[in-house]
Amino acid sequence: MRQEIAAIRRRGAAGRALRVRAAASADLPQVIKIDQRATGLAKPEYWAGILRRYGRGGVRRRFLVAEAGGDILGYIVGEVRDWEFGSPPCGWVFGLGVRPQAREAGVATAMLKAITAAFRRQGVATVRTLIARDNRLVLSFFRSQGMMAAPVIPLEKDIG
Amino acid sequence: MRLQKNTLLALYSVLEFAARPGRQLSVTEIAAALHVSPHHLAKVLRMLGRAGLVDSVRGARGGYRFVGNAKRVTLMDVVALFEDIGSAVPRGRRARRGAEQALDGVLAEIDQTARATFGSVTLDTMLKLIARHERG
Repeated sequence: MRQEIAAIRRRGAAGRALRVRAAASADLPQVIKIDQRATGLAKPEYWAGILRRYGRGGVRRRFLVAEAGGDILGYIVGEVRDWEFGSPPCGWVFGLGVRPQAREAGVATAMLKAITAAFRRQGVATVRTLIARDNRLVLSFFRSQGMMAAPVIPLEKDIG
Repeated sequence: MRLQKNTLLALYSVLEFAARPGRQLSVTEIAAALHVSPHHLAKVLRMLGRAGLVDSVRGARGGYRFVGNAKRVTLMDVVALFEDIGSAVPRGRRARRGAEQALDGVLAEIDQTARATFGSVTLDTMLKLIARHERG
């Protein structure tokens, strides 16, 4: 896999070494591991549900993986949502992960490009995401892709 | 939000350096580009040097060059050298009244957002934004 990642770094994400495609059930163990590395939690049931709802998700839902040489290097999940609090339909990315060894090789960039192309085909002109304030790695990635603060404010309340 | 003059000078200087990786720039060159006095700018650059963002080269042809990683250094790394974002409530003051506590909570929210924003924008991202603005 190290050679595949080196090849991706050399060729850039547009090279043939990296392929972004719809996720399949055989990919789930690797997706779960990537997520677990980032969050510290293995969530097999959650990911099985995501695959069920977003894997073949029709035209508005996407669960994509980046693959090279049979290895899953990253995943991205999103969907088109309509009229949330008056907002015109827009694409939402709510899950993104890249294998640590494959960072800075254009993997996340390629996946974001693929999912935004899918959103665009659905006629939306905006893509949004929501990230924890202290998740500097992922925040910096989305910033590097030209994303800016959205005209919305996330709010929450402890209801426990 | 307003930043102090030295913070802005530091940010503009670091961006000048990061746009020309490996190239040595004199204080006079940058001062001319930023329309400030070389004397004032030198103090700011010394601070950036102490933080390990630029390296000074002594001598008649001396100057500074960027030694950070533009993909890793964020605006917060520079801003934090000059400003204390996150201390809208003076340290040591304990809010006594409910109104003070409530207002402190709101101010803390603003600070956290500012820190997250500065901390997520790398110099490399800024250079892309600058290029986009310059293209119009």
